[in-house]
Amino acid sequence: MQVRVTNVSKNYAGMAALADVSLTVGSGELVALLGPSGSGKTTLLRTIAGLETPDSGVVYFNDRDASESRIQDRGVGFVFQHYALFKHMRVMDNIAFGLRARKKNRPKEADVKLKVMELLDLVQLSGLEKRFPSQLSGGQRQRVALARALAIEPSVLLLDEPFGALDARVRKDLRRWLREIHDRTGHTTLFVTHDQEEALELADRVVVMNKGQIEQSATPDEIYDTPATPFVFSFIGESSVIPVVVGNGRATLDERVIDLEVGVLADGPAKLFLRPEDVAMVTDGGPGIPGLVVSTRRIGGMRRVTMECGLARHRIEFDAPAEIDIHNSQRLQVRITGGRVYGDGEEGYATEKLASSDTADFKWARAEGWIDR
Amino acid sequence: MTPKAISKPPRANWRRRSVLPGFGLSLGYTIAYLSLVVLIPLAGLGISSASLGWNEFWAIAFDPRVAAALQLSFGAALLAAIVNTVFGVLIAWVLVRYRFPGRRWLDAAVDLPFALPTAVAGIALATLYAPNGVFGATLESVFGLKIGFSAIGVVFALIFVGLPFVVRTVQPVLEEIDRETEEVSATLGAGRWRTVTRVIMPGLLPAILTGFALSFARGVGEYGSVIFIANNLPFQSEIAPLLIVIKLDEHNYAGATAIATIMLVIAFVMLFVINLLQAWSRKWFGHD
Repeated sequence: MQVRVTNVSKNYAGMAALADVSLTVGSGELVALLGPSGSGKTTLLRTIAGLETPDSGVVYFNDRDASESRIQDRGVGFVFQHYALFKHMRVMDNIAFGLRARKKNRPKEADVKLKVMELLDLVQLSGLEKRFPSQLSGGQRQRVALARALAIEPSVLLLDEPFGALDARVRKDLRRWLREIHDRTGHTTLFVTHDQEEALELADRVVVMNKGQIEQSATPDEIYDTPATPFVFSFIGESSVIPVVVGNGRATLDERVIDLEVGVLADGPAKLFLRPEDVAMVTDGGPGIPGLVVSTRRIGGMRRVTMECGLARHRIEFDAPAEIDIHNSQRLQVRITGGRVYGDGEEGYATEKLASSDTADFKWARAEGWIDR
Repeated sequence: MTPKAISKPPRANWRRRSVLPGFGLSLGYTIAYLSLVVLIPLAGLGISSASLGWNEFWAIAFDPRVAAALQLSFGAALLAAIVNTVFGVLIAWVLVRYRFPGRRWLDAAVDLPFALPTAVAGIALATLYAPNGVFGATLESVFGLKIGFSAIGVVFALIFVGLPFVVRTVQPVLEEIDRETEEVSATLGAGRWRTVTRVIMPGLLPAILTGFALSFARGVGEYGSVIFIANNLPFQSEIAPLLIVIKLDEHNYAGATAIATIMLVIAFVMLFVINLLQAWSRKWFGHD
């Protein structure tokens, strides 16, 4: 089932939760709605489910206006962050609830049992059918909630922060497992998350939302490699931001402490976004941006270094090999090997990807003495 | 820490320190207070009725007038509690679920039976339902139904005084019910009726039982409002608490305590059964 959201807006007490949002989810696609809290991602999910009525705009299931059917007849499987299991029902009755609630062609009780057992097997909870929800762990409860949603053979599966209430390890297991289930059952699936790692790992496509609008909708690779807006860049992964001024095709900071060629960007203020891997320490005595180390911490096999540069002491984070000893207040030089510059355009943002291969392209100003404090 | 401090054996201590301090103190206080306020007076009741001797005691217990009064007291209280349960849940539902002008006033009005001296309630009800009252006259002439000055009047009075108990016990639990549970029920295809009966009500059952028990207990003990609306005829509309007062007026203290003891035992047994029922429903519906 294809889901098409067209120009949907929704206001709560004057605040726009969704502002003219359009989105198409192809049949069988697994899509993540990613954004900070208050970005409208949950509202969008609930609108698709029919739990919220949009102020304007239409949600289509295939080519049918979904608002024509009652929520009971929409055939959406909805999974909440806090499971919303029926506490007074055993696991099997929870899962069977949707089948027993059917008005038309309600299956025989024997068939219901069969289906429940099948689903329990799918969510790997066989043998727990007689338990009450309170006797299950968080991960098990969420799997019951999913089995219950799958029981009605939904046309769309919607999950609202499905792993948000679980601890990190269970979350990782369930993530992989949800992917497997999706690949096996092929339901069109949307899930909401504020965890970028979860979105990038699990989804075919990531929809990044902010302030009730979609910032970018693309594959995980595209989201990470070519973020469409500064928001997407800073929301996904680690990043350092340095304000620069663009003029004559160059981005500069503080009288050329940083001086980069940026090509076609319009003149004016811009922002330089860097990931830790876009910055490398200069060890061969070559030219570089001078700075002062303010802190270091160990991340896996690397050492994450925070360095201040420029008059306003802008912070840059980068990774250095762990075997190099770097201490606080040490003076270093780094060179930029990638990153993006975002300038304020007429419509949204103009963005320029920096070359990542050849550092010789960057012409560094000589910056003697500026670091004296 | 010095090595000496480490080598020192831990002090033998049967009292493990709990994270919540003050257990001993608060439990001691609770038991002492309950004894002083509830248990000792009730034990006194038992002792003074024990001075009566078995034969006399049974004679009073099986006295037809006493039996009729007890039957009316417990029967009317039970009936009133059932009525209160049905309508109390309804009122709680309306107060929690809907927003309408005057809701706060209605909410406050529910507590009135708590606050009024029950005699006031009795007078008000008697004025309305007495054979010459506004409702009483109409009901009697149209339906031939006599409410005031009859056993039905007793039930009416008990409904009045017992109502807040059900509303106030069910209301907070109903407020706690997760919207998401209902939303899930709807997405799974359940209509409103199915959601209410299969999803919401089972969760409310323990609270409803508590409300029922409180309303019932209140009804059994009620005196002030009943004596005004019932005409207190022996075998017809005379409640057991009134009979106790009558015995006291006659300086028949032994008789009064005997009836009191019987009421105490019956009330205790009934509340105990209701408590068991509650525990069972909690377990059955997977609370805890």
